[in-house]
Amino acid sequence: MTKTITTNELAKKIMNQEDTFILDVRNNDAFSDWKIEGKKVESLNEPYFNLMDGVDSITDKLPKDRNVNVICAKGKSSEMVTDMLEEAGYTNAYSLEGGMKGWSEHLEPVKLGDLKDGGAIYQFVRLGKGCLSYFIESNGEAAIVDAARMTESYENFAKERGVKIKHVLDTHLHADHISGGRKLAKNAGGTYYLPSKDAEEVTFNYTSLEEGKTIHVGNTSVTVQPIYSPGHTIGSTSLVVDETYLLTGDTLFVQSIGRPDLAGKAEDWVEDLRSTLYSRYTNLSDDLIVLPAHFSFVEELAEDGSVSARLGDLYQKNTGLQVEDEDKFRKMVTENLPPQPNAYEEIRKTNMGKMNPENEQQRDMEVGPNRCAIG
Amino acid sequence: MEISSDKILDAKGVSCPVPIVRTKKAIEDMEANQVIEVQATDEGSKADIKAWADSTGHDYLGTKEDGEVFIHYIRKAEMDNIKDEVTYSEIVNLEQLKSKLAIKEPITILDVREQEEFAFGHIPGAINIPLGEIEDRFDEIDKTKELHVICRTGNRSDQAAQRLAKKGYKNVKNVIPGMTKWDGPTEMIHEGGKTDDKNNNNE
Repeated sequence: MTKTITTNELAKKIMNQEDTFILDVRNNDAFSDWKIEGKKVESLNEPYFNLMDGVDSITDKLPKDRNVNVICAKGKSSEMVTDMLEEAGYTNAYSLEGGMKGWSEHLEPVKLGDLKDGGAIYQFVRLGKGCLSYFIESNGEAAIVDAARMTESYENFAKERGVKIKHVLDTHLHADHISGGRKLAKNAGGTYYLPSKDAEEVTFNYTSLEEGKTIHVGNTSVTVQPIYSPGHTIGSTSLVVDETYLLTGDTLFVQSIGRPDLAGKAEDWVEDLRSTLYSRYTNLSDDLIVLPAHFSFVEELAEDGSVSARLGDLYQKNTGLQVEDEDKFRKMVTENLPPQPNAYEEIRKTNMGKMNPENEQQRDMEVGPNRCAIG
Repeated sequence: MEISSDKILDAKGVSCPVPIVRTKKAIEDMEANQVIEVQATDEGSKADIKAWADSTGHDYLGTKEDGEVFIHYIRKAEMDNIKDEVTYSEIVNLEQLKSKLAIKEPITILDVREQEEFAFGHIPGAINIPLGEIEDRFDEIDKTKELHVICRTGNRSDQAAQRLAKKGYKNVKNVIPGMTKWDGPTEMIHEGGKTDDKNNNNE
C-alpha cells in the first residue's frame, strides 16, 4: 500500500507554514506553468518518466528529516514514484491523493473577523488556483460571494454552523473558474445574484445585483451594499460588507489589478477599469479592508493564510494604482498580459448556462492557475 | 500526417503513468529507427510522451487526434543516441584535486551543494553556487580558469558540469566522489559570515 497524504492534510501544512518538501513528478512544462507554492515550500521537479528505471538520480536531493510529498497530475504516477522511494529506503515519502487536479479543488476556510451586530465573515482560500470566496454569516443566515464549483464545502460549513444559505452572489461572470453560485442557491432555495450587464447572454433566471440595493444577512443589520465597478468585466460589481470590508471581485487585488481582456474587449473596458480604480474607489474610505477574489503570489498570504489589505495602503503600494498617465495605464492593462486562463471561453459559456459539461470535464477545464491579474 | 508504424501499442483507457510505462517496455524490444504508434485516451499522455522521448533521445514524430483517442508516433533512436544515464566525461578524483591544490595551480573550485552544507565545511577558496541557482548565476563564474565542480557525492556536480559545458565553459572537471570522502583541508562559515580554517593540512 502506497502511503498517501490528502489535499486537506497538505493544505494545513502549507497554511500553517510548516517546512514542506515537494517532489513534483509531472513534466517540466506542467511544473513551470502551475505548481504548489507556499512560503515554506521547497520543491524539486523530476518527471516520473525519468524515474522508471530507479530513483537513484534524485535521492541525493531529497531531505531525510522531513516528509517528501510526491505530486503528479492526478495521483497515479506519484504513487508509482512513492513506491519506488519506499523500496529505496525512503520511508518518509507520501503520494498526494488526487494530484494537482485534487489540489486545485481544495478550499480552506479562514475566519477574517466578527461582524458588528454578531456573526462573522470567512474567506475560503483555494490554494491550488489562487481563488478566494467569502462566507458571511449572521443570526442563522449566510451569504456566499464568488463561490467555487465545489459547493459541498460551503454547504457543509453552513450545516456545521447551523445557518441557512439565503443569498449567493457573483461579483461578475467568471472566466477562470466555474461558479458554484447557481447550484448553491438552487440547493438551498436561496437567491442567486449576478450583475445584469454580465448576464445578457445567460440562459437561467437570476436576481440582478445592482448598486443602490442593499442585501441583508440575518435579522441584524449586516448589510451587503453593491458598488458598480466595471473594467474586468462590464458588469463587475464590488460589495461593501458591514461598512468594513470591500469585496472587489477581480477588479482590485492585493498586488495587482484586474485584466480587462477576458471577454475579448480590452480596448473597450480600459476606460471603465481606469475610472473604477482611479475615481470610484478613491471616494471610499481608506480604512475599508479589501477582499479580492484572487491572489497571485503566495507572499500575499498572511500568517493565518488569509489574503486582505487596507484600501488606503493599496493606494500607496499596489503598482496598478500608481500610474498617473492614462496612456501608460492603457498599455499596462492591454499589452504583455499573461496567457489567458485555461479553457476561459468554455468556462464563461458554462457560467452563462450555454454549456453543461460533465463533472469530470469541468474539473479538467479548471486545471491551471487563475491568471485574472494583469501580471 | 501519414506515418507507417512497425508496432501498435494500445494504451487506451489507462491513465498516467501506464501509457509511458508500456511505451518504454514496448520500445525496448524494437529495432533502431522503427516507429511505434501509441494509442492513448489520457490527455496528459500528449505532453508526457513528447517530454519522455526528448529526455531519452527517441524521436517524437507527432500526435494525431482521432475523436477521444490520441495517436502518438515515436521513432526509436539508434542505440548510441539513447541518453541512458548520461554522465559528464571529464572527471578528477580527490587525490588529483589535492595535488593540484598543493602545488597551487590556478584553479577554481565550484561547490554546488546548498548553502548550509557549504557552511559546515568546504575546501578553502571554493565558491558556492547551489545547483538550483547555476543557470541564473553563470556570470559569477570565471571562464578563464580551470573549473572543478564538487558536491557531496558527485551527482549534483555531474549535472552542473554538464550544464556548464553546454553553456560553453571549457576546462570543466567533475570532482568525484565529492566532499563525503574529502580528507584534505576544509573551512567553515560561522554565523555572521566569518570563515575559519580547520584541519588545514597544507600549511
